Amino acid sequence: MDLVFDFAAEAPKLVQLLIGVVAFLAFVGLMLLLLDRAPMKERSWLHSLLLLGPALLLLGIGLVVPGIRTTLLSFMNGDSSQFVGLDNYAWMFTQPESLTVLRNTLIWVLLVPALVTAIGLVYAVVVDKSRFESVAKSLVFLPMAISFVGAGIIWRFVYAYRPTEGDQIGLLNQVVVWLGGEPQQWLQNAPTNTLFLIVVVVWIQAGFATVVLSAAIKGIPAEIVEAARLDGASPMQMFFRVTLPSIRPALVVVLVTQSIGTLKLFDIVRTMTGGQFDTSVIANEMYNQAFRYGEAGKGAALAVFLFVLVTPIVVYQIRSLRQRREA
Amino acid sequence: MTTIAPSVAKPQQPKTPVGRVRKRLTSRTASLVAVVIAVLWTTPTFGLFLSSFRPEDDIKGSGWWTWFTNPALTLDNYKEVLFGSSSSSGRLASFLINSIVITIPSVLFPLALATFAAYALSWTRFKGRDWVYIAIFALQVVPLQMALVPLLSFFSQGVEVFGLTLMPAWNLEGSAQFIQVWFAHTCFALPLGVFLIHNFMSELPGELMEAARVDGATHGTILRKVVLPLVAPALAAFGIFQFLWVWNDLLVALIFSGGTAETAPMTVRLAQMAGTRGNEWQRLTSGAFVSMVIPLIVFLSMQRYFVRGLLAGSVKG
Repeated sequence: MDLVFDFAAEAPKLVQLLIGVVAFLAFVGLMLLLLDRAPMKERSWLHSLLLLGPALLLLGIGLVVPGIRTTLLSFMNGDSSQFVGLDNYAWMFTQPESLTVLRNTLIWVLLVPALVTAIGLVYAVVVDKSRFESVAKSLVFLPMAISFVGAGIIWRFVYAYRPTEGDQIGLLNQVVVWLGGEPQQWLQNAPTNTLFLIVVVVWIQAGFATVVLSAAIKGIPAEIVEAARLDGASPMQMFFRVTLPSIRPALVVVLVTQSIGTLKLFDIVRTMTGGQFDTSVIANEMYNQAFRYGEAGKGAALAVFLFVLVTPIVVYQIRSLRQRREA
Repeated sequence: MTTIAPSVAKPQQPKTPVGRVRKRLTSRTASLVAVVIAVLWTTPTFGLFLSSFRPEDDIKGSGWWTWFTNPALTLDNYKEVLFGSSSSSGRLASFLINSIVITIPSVLFPLALATFAAYALSWTRFKGRDWVYIAIFALQVVPLQMALVPLLSFFSQGVEVFGLTLMPAWNLEGSAQFIQVWFAHTCFALPLGVFLIHNFMSELPGELMEAARVDGATHGTILRKVVLPLVAPALAAFGIFQFLWVWNDLLVALIFSGGTAETAPMTVRLAQMAGTRGNEWQRLTSGAFVSMVIPLIVFLSMQRYFVRGLLAGSVKG
């Protein structure tokens, strides 16, 4: 095996990094200098402008203008040369291939938040107060540090398929064989393959739910518990009448954040199936249309639809966040 | 979201109802459930980890669980995936450097700019301040997907209004392409960054600023000497969140970094390898682990900030 590491080829990158960071620090230094020079008055717009200007400029270039342009593009054809009205939206809601995408996204957004919350809650309850609580929570939380791409590879290995004659190398098929079944191409058989992709995301996100819900469970006031106990509540009553209502805000946080994340999900589908075998979702299809098939109009329409789906959830999230801060 | 405390158990806390429920619900069932979940959650990673050290023929010929009866370990997979010279071997070392070169500025830039903006929005006064804040805040709603196509054409075609060129195309080549990745990540991080840091900064006591101002301090001095040390936890949480986000990002990198060893990060390379050489498990297993090492170190050493950052950033995307 030939091992090569050509440092000369890597050097320009590090030089670029250095230039970038130094230039930025110089810029920050200049800003602070100007800030010190500007007269310190009660209402000096100059200060505000210096501090706020760069961020506003970048937000304008990076989000505001592109957002508006994407909305306009969604009414244009593939190479953005002609106005086509609502054709792209009509395509999205009538063609079988895009309807599959929408159906898959619906399955994702119904299943992932529910499963993540349920598993997170069960785990948070069963490890609560046990001796190994913090280790146990770390184990489940660890996948949050892994990239979706890395997680995709981990699970493709679990799902790996070998024909019946040979030894299985994927754990799932081996278990199936041990139980006397036939090995399957888990990621290629629609429609169940979407479920196998969902498992991966649930695996990544359950730790998030565990940590949030566990913190909420620990925050239930002791008096409430004591009162319920004196009233003779059974363990089940205690769980459903005391614990669940008390941690409702945390449950909502988990459900809402998971819904938003699931709607925008891209990496898992892209690395595990590439959207083939009827597994594509909106974000992946948007990438394919806009950057692989050169259909900027259709891609833009999908992006706008995503925006429309996400907006009410984020607004709800922000509102409940503010209420909690004021409370 | 900063209101949710991280998960540090306080030993002297009174018993929770759940604790009591658990005790009566035969704690054996509960322990069993806990163990099953913990095993299910760690086995896939463990299998991949063990496989990454097995010789190529072993990985492809038998399951990793057979290792226990037939143990053989090697570092060849790592050597090959990092430094192998054939075009199919991954050459992940170059991509690892790209990931680092992309991540450092993409965390530093938005952190600094968001801090300045949050300071202006909390502690300077100007007309329409609240509206500017609400506008930035509302931008959190915009999904990345809305911005990709136009931002890419901004880099590749410049800005032209009615035939008048306001900005020429950037035409970045070679390692200068990093600039557009930094730029994109910085733009996309700002709404969340400003929101989080502002949350924290605006709650600092006003008397503190007033006192500093009476002493003749300028905004620059107040920001550096008074505010920065106090908002350090918020900066750490946002910094870690942004680090993870950029390090693990695939979408932005795919679009803005090109796909070559010159500028693309590890995630892009791994996705390519998984797609075209999906059965070269000796490279995929070791490659996946190379990409996980740095975030895992950060996770294990800064778990508390890590959790806080993830909670705080959970609406981003």
